[in-house]
Amino acid sequence: MRVSQERLKIRIQENKHHHGHDVGERLYLHRHTFIHALPSHLKIVAALCFILIVVSTPVTQWGAFVAYFLWLFTVVKAAQIPFLTLFKRALIEIPFIFFAVLMPFFGTGEKVQVGPFELYREGLIAGSGIVVKGTLGVMTAIILSTSTTAREILRGLERMRLPVLMVQIASFMLRYVNVVNDEMERMKVARESRGFNATGMKSWKVLATAAGALFIRSYERGERVHLSMLSRGYQGVLPQEQKLKISGSIWLTAMIYPLVAVIIFIAQLLIGRM
Amino acid sequence: MNTPSLEIKELAFAYPDGNQALFGVNLSVQRGERVALLGPNGAGKTTLVMHMNGIHPTAHGSVHVAGQLVDAKDKESIKDIRSKVGIVFQDPDDQLFMPTVGEDIAFGPYNMGKRGAELDAIVDEALHLVGMSEFKDRPPHHLSFGQRRRVAVATVLAMKPEILVLDEPSSNLDPASRRELADILRSLDITMVMVTHDLPYAFELCERSVILSGGVIVADGKTPEILKNDELLKANRLELPVGFSI
Repeated sequence: MRVSQERLKIRIQENKHHHGHDVGERLYLHRHTFIHALPSHLKIVAALCFILIVVSTPVTQWGAFVAYFLWLFTVVKAAQIPFLTLFKRALIEIPFIFFAVLMPFFGTGEKVQVGPFELYREGLIAGSGIVVKGTLGVMTAIILSTSTTAREILRGLERMRLPVLMVQIASFMLRYVNVVNDEMERMKVARESRGFNATGMKSWKVLATAAGALFIRSYERGERVHLSMLSRGYQGVLPQEQKLKISGSIWLTAMIYPLVAVIIFIAQLLIGRM
Repeated sequence: MNTPSLEIKELAFAYPDGNQALFGVNLSVQRGERVALLGPNGAGKTTLVMHMNGIHPTAHGSVHVAGQLVDAKDKESIKDIRSKVGIVFQDPDDQLFMPTVGEDIAFGPYNMGKRGAELDAIVDEALHLVGMSEFKDRPPHHLSFGQRRRVAVATVLAMKPEILVLDEPSSNLDPASRRELADILRSLDITMVMVTHDLPYAFELCERSVILSGGVIVADGKTPEILKNDELLKANRLELPVGFSI
């Protein structure tokens, strides 16, 4: 008997749940833009330079920050990253800026009236500085991680001559995070199949035991992977790709991102002088 | 007579905790032979395999690969040995650790000093041998289990080994993947040692079988003869599937 699959096909609108696949690549959005195509180490350098300039701009130069944001949004647009995605992902900074938001409420010195609140001027300046600079930094990181696969970022770090050991550890993590995650998922299903429900303090003991078991399993897997590497002649170096030749124009394209920030910075200084 | 691909003499081994796994193993495999190494769980099969490329140092007895002594202390010769003995491990996730299939296959030959176009050619050839050419740039975790097992075989073939050692090659495979792998293995012109307790698979692929039990080789002969010997199988916790007869 042949059942038509079409008849009972369930339409899946958006695959939000990943079932443990591709934990390492969740952030990447596949698009064909020149920003996606840039060599990853240039993007990392450009992002770092941009953040450096932003951080060194005095927070009182608020005009510069407006310009930084406008420029950042232009780049986001060029990379075809939906603004909704950008803002949703930027929420990750909330725990970090939590205390910055509280700063204007505690302190000493001059007070200013903002709406119903009486705030401390110094705290207000310092707090808003952290929030604004932090947001610019986080959003820059989002552009980088959305337009570059995790694997490419690691390659970039390798090309930037980061210690090989660090890059190797990170590469292995990227490779095995999926395997370990699948394992964790299977353990969870097995627990729940036997009627376990993770609620309240009582379940902590079970979860801790499971975490321990997962650690031991991963550790043993590490040993097996090492054995299999030795069996194929591993002597401490992983294969590295051939050196890429990067033309000046590509460098320039990547560096436009921090360069515009520099121009904004200088322009603001000049305007401030007048 | 030619030098055997693998020659094991009086090999004994005990783990540091005192648990002895091998009690004097003697085994000789001629070039081009396909030998099934059968035995129940805990018979010492994996321990024996770990001696074939010097992962476990030889405590007593000797192992020769194509006439060359396996000596875990001699770093230069062990490098050579490991390029001659290709081990395919049971769990492909242990074997495939590089970000893409192609890079993983390049890992072994790279360690042997191959670079550039030569390396690329080796990778393409190995992928072709296991019918996985179109998966070169894919990350391993996107493949099915059967595909990963085939890539694991390719990672070892890329090293052009003298002898291919497979640890439970048919485990966890669905019937079609099992048959596809059998076709691939049969098409390879290479000396093979297959560790398994899948007796029909051994029957299908290997003309010769040896049984390892309690740390010694207890039987060595033509596969059909060994598998017909019910008492021998029973004594060593091996069984043909129900309904299977030779």
